[in-house]
Amino acid sequence: MRSIDGAVLDLKRLDLLATGDSIIHRLDARAKVITTLFFIVMVVSYKRYALAELTPFLFFPVITLALSNLPISYILKKIAAILPLALFVGLFNPLFDRETQVLLGPVAISGGWISLISIMGRSALTVGSAFILIATTGFIAVCHALNRLGMPRVFTIQLLFLYRYIFVLTEEATRTTRARELRACGKKGLGFSSFGPLIGHLLIRTWARAERIHMAMVVRGFSGEFHSRQINRFGHKEYLYVIGWSLVFIILRTEDITRIVGAAFTGIFS
Amino acid sequence: MSHHIVEVKNLKHVYADGTIALKDLSFTIHHGESVAIIGANGAGKSTLLLHLNGYLAPTVGEVRIGGFPLTPETLPEIRRTVGMVFQDPDDQLFMPTVYEDVAFGPCNLGLPEEEVRQRVGEALEKVGAGHLAQKPPYHLSGGEKKRVAIATVLSMSPDILVMDEPTNGLDPFSRRQLIGLLKDFHHTRIFTSHDLDMVIELCERTIVLHQGEVKADGPTVAIFNNAQLLAECRLEKPLSMQGCPICGRS
Repeated sequence: MRSIDGAVLDLKRLDLLATGDSIIHRLDARAKVITTLFFIVMVVSYKRYALAELTPFLFFPVITLALSNLPISYILKKIAAILPLALFVGLFNPLFDRETQVLLGPVAISGGWISLISIMGRSALTVGSAFILIATTGFIAVCHALNRLGMPRVFTIQLLFLYRYIFVLTEEATRTTRARELRACGKKGLGFSSFGPLIGHLLIRTWARAERIHMAMVVRGFSGEFHSRQINRFGHKEYLYVIGWSLVFIILRTEDITRIVGAAFTGIFS
Repeated sequence: MSHHIVEVKNLKHVYADGTIALKDLSFTIHHGESVAIIGANGAGKSTLLLHLNGYLAPTVGEVRIGGFPLTPETLPEIRRTVGMVFQDPDDQLFMPTVYEDVAFGPCNLGLPEEEVRQRVGEALEKVGAGHLAQKPPYHLSGGEKKRVAIATVLSMSPDILVMDEPTNGLDPFSRRQLIGLLKDFHHTRIFTSHDLDMVIELCERTIVLHQGEVKADGPTVAIFNNAQLLAECRLEKPLSMQGCPICGRS
């Protein structure tokens, strides 16, 4: 169960990163959420052979990363961890799509390879920006921001509870499976048949805990309405951040910047 | 409700599966008293506590808090009056940050924001956890969680504090810190515990439950000196009242 333990520690690390202090950390969560969402929509909206057009979009994660003092290697590792998934999604593209799209000297590159690399590039960009969002804002603040941007309250509460109890539940699950593993003496124990009751027990314990939590809420006067602090600090900086980046994304999306830059360079050298 | 009296009259509770948890309990706890409810596992302590703030309803009998019976109309006020701290602080701390958790009760009482902030500050200071306000509960140690859990009910200005196994799972230092804290409170206090040494320090009166009944109710020291009673109820003298384990001298 080391992997679950590790995952939880990782979540805690992300949480701690979000308590840092930088220009990006200090921005209102809503500004960061809107910008990141817009960025993701823009990156995803390209056609499947887009590759050169995507490169300028690297600016956004690179600049926010630089401004936010996050450990770069940590974020890169996070992105690397999801790339195999993206690889899996596009794995068969080179096999099915063999039509040549680009000629690099004598090497003909088929559409399949380009779309595979494009999928991986997009995954890295979108997941990377989402990680940076969480690492500079914190999961809880992102939830509140989504709520204030119109996500139904009930989803927000569900997410907040999920996040709060994921630590308690994984701890419980880890303890139970550890106990099972230790008594299995390196063998598979009773195999899958012992997992059934184990999961059943966990479910019942979770249920009992849910009841106790509800009790704790009821005795403190809970009547179905959640009150939370509303901090409003959507000021000039936030407007500037959202509008500035959105404009950059729109320009990158509508104009072929790489070609313009390329043409400018070839113009200079010719 | 000037008198924070807890009255339990002929209380009987039968669970849905037919288990008789409480048979016929009667006692009265007066304003400012500090009372321990002790007993073996399954004696009915937790079931009793859940009656004190109306979470469970008696099958037979009555519970009165400050002279009022527990009815749907009196329930909100009674829940404010009776602050309940659960055994596992993870059940009690469900909000994203310590501040929001301590503010949860006052917000539900409909208090204005300024007063909520003040109450949260005071409650956290009282338990020595002011510096933890912005932390999420899963970053706290066991002792910190326990103290914050107490702050979550203190912020509602309760008259009666009910605590289930307060020292359970705490290291000696945190336990000592908590006992010191609880000594300072002037509320009517009701504890359940297996930590009988804590009971001697904090409670002048003890109620012994055995199989759903009150087996004894009196001064703590007298009860702990009654060896026969303790043996019958599957209890034993607190360690501090026993002789030295090496030389046998007391």
